Amino acid sequence: MEKSAILLGSEAIAHGVKLCRPQVISAYPITPQTHIIETLSEMVDRGELESQYIKVESEMSAIAAVLGSVSAGSRSFTASSSQGLAMMHELLHWYAGARLPLVLVNANRALGAPWNIWSDQSDSFSQRDTGWLQIYCETSQEALDTIIMAYKASEQLMLPIMVMIDGFILSHTMERLMIPAQEMVDDFLPPYKAPYQLDPGNPLTFGGAAQPDLFYELKKAYSATMQEALGLIDQVQTEFARKFERHYSAVMHCQEGDKNSDTAIICCGAMTGTARVAVENLSQTEIAVDLFKLRLLRPFPTTDLAAALKGKKRVIVLNRACSYGVGGTLSQEIRTALYHLPDRPIINDVMISLGGKEVFPETISDIIKNREQLSETECNWL
Amino acid sequence: MTKNHFTNDTNWQITNAEFMESGHMACPGCGASLSMRHVLKVLGPETIVVMPACCWAIIAGGQPTTALATPLLHTPFAVAAAAASGVRQALTAQKKENIQVLAWAGDGGTFDIGLQGISGAAERHEDMIYICYDNEAYMNTGIQQSSATPHGAWTTTTPGGKDFKYAKKDILAIIKAHDPGYLASATIAYPEDFYAKIEKAKAARGFRFIHLLAACPSGWKIDSQNSLEVTRLAVESGVFPLLELNDSGNIEKTYEPENPISVKDYLAAQGRFRKVSEKETELWQSEIDRNSSRNTS
Repeated sequence: MEKSAILLGSEAIAHGVKLCRPQVISAYPITPQTHIIETLSEMVDRGELESQYIKVESEMSAIAAVLGSVSAGSRSFTASSSQGLAMMHELLHWYAGARLPLVLVNANRALGAPWNIWSDQSDSFSQRDTGWLQIYCETSQEALDTIIMAYKASEQLMLPIMVMIDGFILSHTMERLMIPAQEMVDDFLPPYKAPYQLDPGNPLTFGGAAQPDLFYELKKAYSATMQEALGLIDQVQTEFARKFERHYSAVMHCQEGDKNSDTAIICCGAMTGTARVAVENLSQTEIAVDLFKLRLLRPFPTTDLAAALKGKKRVIVLNRACSYGVGGTLSQEIRTALYHLPDRPIINDVMISLGGKEVFPETISDIIKNREQLSETECNWL
Repeated sequence: MTKNHFTNDTNWQITNAEFMESGHMACPGCGASLSMRHVLKVLGPETIVVMPACCWAIIAGGQPTTALATPLLHTPFAVAAAAASGVRQALTAQKKENIQVLAWAGDGGTFDIGLQGISGAAERHEDMIYICYDNEAYMNTGIQQSSATPHGAWTTTTPGGKDFKYAKKDILAIIKAHDPGYLASATIAYPEDFYAKIEKAKAARGFRFIHLLAACPSGWKIDSQNSLEVTRLAVESGVFPLLELNDSGNIEKTYEPENPISVKDYLAAQGRFRKVSEKETELWQSEIDRNSSRNTS
């Protein structure tokens, strides 16, 4: 049966990974992801997890090693953060193009210069176009559960999935959570069976050059699979809820506001927890807002989001990543998704935090209170 | 001590089995394609090839064709050794220990951009054979200098010849520092020595490294029919000695030319060394003489 535990976010993730029985783990240390791979190496060392653990000399090699191991037919795992994820960039494109499944956990952290090790979503947001699915988690329980769901979805789609936790805010915070029973996970997630793999018995070449027309067709097919992924992710989340009784969706309405509330705030990751408190506090006053969290960034759940925000006059987007020269990266995504609505809401693009700048419930409630003063066209910096 | 792999056995013959097919994309006289053909003859069908960006990424053929009868994984430039490590660890997890993993890369992917990953794989004693076919420049992109380009050589980025200050990187010394399972240099221009070394590498375990000199007619500015002949001159002149790491941990020659030729004759056979001065040729000759008298390193 499920057992309850009090764990650090990174330990919870290691437990989630262990339950999925990866045959190969390849990783390089980087703060604040390090505890994940430390915990996993302890599990391997103690014999609790049967896995080949490759202690590589860089993040580029970490992702390259799992490119090799998954090509050879083994379920694999890696984790990274910040500069490390950026170092993987070339391979992230390659990995996705290779149509291989994988779960990579990224502990969101700022990119230098200057040095900053704190929470910031710029690292993964700047990998949006690599072809990976991206899921952002609010809690450690959600991250643990998402890893299990991600392996299932990834192997059905033959696409890699990046699971995000906010560095330190989740990775280094203890939380009471439920660890699913191994038998239930085994039942939910059968062993990986590669449709094609490196096998001398059936010698195939992987990744050989494609001429322009073929390349275009492959990418067109990739794009179509990404669209199918929206439905499949839904299906996997439903199946997970049925088995483990925890419910997740691409866009989640976190708190019922006033039924007539015409204002919504939206964010992704652990900041949702802070926003819950802010919205709750505000509901004691006259101000009512609806809070949404976006779990799935790629593929983008355009239809779900438009349906969720339909009728809203104002959407305040809380950003933890910036596309310099435009504004909040999440805001651009939300704008695109809502553009086709006949009554488009005002979008307030708010750069609430970068590099770990603290977000208190008051930070969010002050933004909401002063919403009339927010620019509708420019990015709002605090 | 000279340990000679050359045989007087007239029955010695190369197997007829082929794991490199016709229809490949190599230029005429390409040393790299001939090397692959013979490496695979030794390693056989139970081999998985991992290959980064290099001439061979093109030679193997574009989709949907392939020139190899073994499985082949193409990878980005810097990561052949790391990807091969992953393949090996997956095979270990699946208890398929008998399959050889061959990382096959050019000099750019080995001496330059891939060196860090190779060091990592060698340090971990990953069970693979890493073969660098060295044509002494970035030939696939149009002949740019690498750290394997010998001094004096013309390339498109060393239009006046590579400065004599910058010697070719000593890749065997670098790999030797990692305590490899096997280490050698070879060339298909000396097939008996070549076969003996690939066979030894196949029989050994751990991280095994072989440095192959592979002529590139267009980059070396030689006629394609002279490709093997010029490669022989590299060995006969002492520019590219045939070496092997022996049991006492020293790198020693496996072949000593009976009548060594001068480096001048080696350089004169190639257009790429046209701008090397007499003084530079003498300097090069004295470098070779010095190394040769040392014999082992």
